[in-house]
Amino acid sequence: MDTSWYLVLSALLFAVGFSGVLLRRSPLVILLCVELMLNAGNLALLAMSRSLGDQDGQVFALIVMVIAACEVVVGLGLIVAAYRRRMPLNVDDFRSLRG
Amino acid sequence: MKEVAFFAGAIGALGGAIAVIGLRNPFYSVLALIVHLVSLAGLFLLLQAEFIAAAQIVVYAGAVMVLYVFVAAYVGNVDEPLWEPIPGQRFLAPLLGVALFTEIGIAIVGSGLKAIDSEGPTVKLGFGSPEQIGKLLLERFLVAFEAASLLLLIAAVGAVVLAVRREDENAGESAG
Repeated sequence: MDTSWYLVLSALLFAVGFSGVLLRRSPLVILLCVELMLNAGNLALLAMSRSLGDQDGQVFALIVMVIAACEVVVGLGLIVAAYRRRMPLNVDDFRSLRG
Repeated sequence: MKEVAFFAGAIGALGGAIAVIGLRNPFYSVLALIVHLVSLAGLFLLLQAEFIAAAQIVVYAGAVMVLYVFVAAYVGNVDEPLWEPIPGQRFLAPLLGVALFTEIGIAIVGSGLKAIDSEGPTVKLGFGSPEQIGKLLLERFLVAFEAASLLLLIAAVGAVVLAVRREDENAGESAG
């Protein structure tokens, strides 16, 4: 398969994740959509790494996975904390920092 | 054969992604994301990234998704209100997504890179194997590797600090 197929697929997955962030209001699903976008980026990194015959892209993808894991841990911690405080789990209601 | 595997993986990944944003129950969204991640791991194997594919299955589809499932079960089914803060958000969001895809697609198709219209050079045996990736991580990318481990440590400590039960919450619970 040509590399461009993988790149187009990754663009498509990124767009789906992007629409999800705009569309959904539940913080849990928004985190899932951020995961979709990070994985789309990973796919593009690996496709270019294969295309150039260079393994550096794979190391980048691995670091991206670490960052995603950190983001998940902190994000889920925030969701659990909000739930414990009986706050509504809806991103439109988290607006106390709004200027 | 490669084409069949690619399209099978692509359909799985895309279907999983659309199911993540389409399903109303967050629990099912998490399960759809697992389908997406496993299909992506298949695509990673096609791209000769064995180690990343294995890490994707073990770390992502395994550990991280278990965390998601726990939180989805703990928080329960959150009803998303039907009112929209921005009028027409339901139609505007997919429209913006399509616009973004078009833009990236034009950038990909219009890029002058000759290499993207081929499969890439024949790589030597062991490309993407744990041995090679480990060597790169511990030699050339040692600083990035250490920074990532430090970040993981900070995230773990931060999650414990965020999720710990405090006294003032119990007061709020009895009042609310």
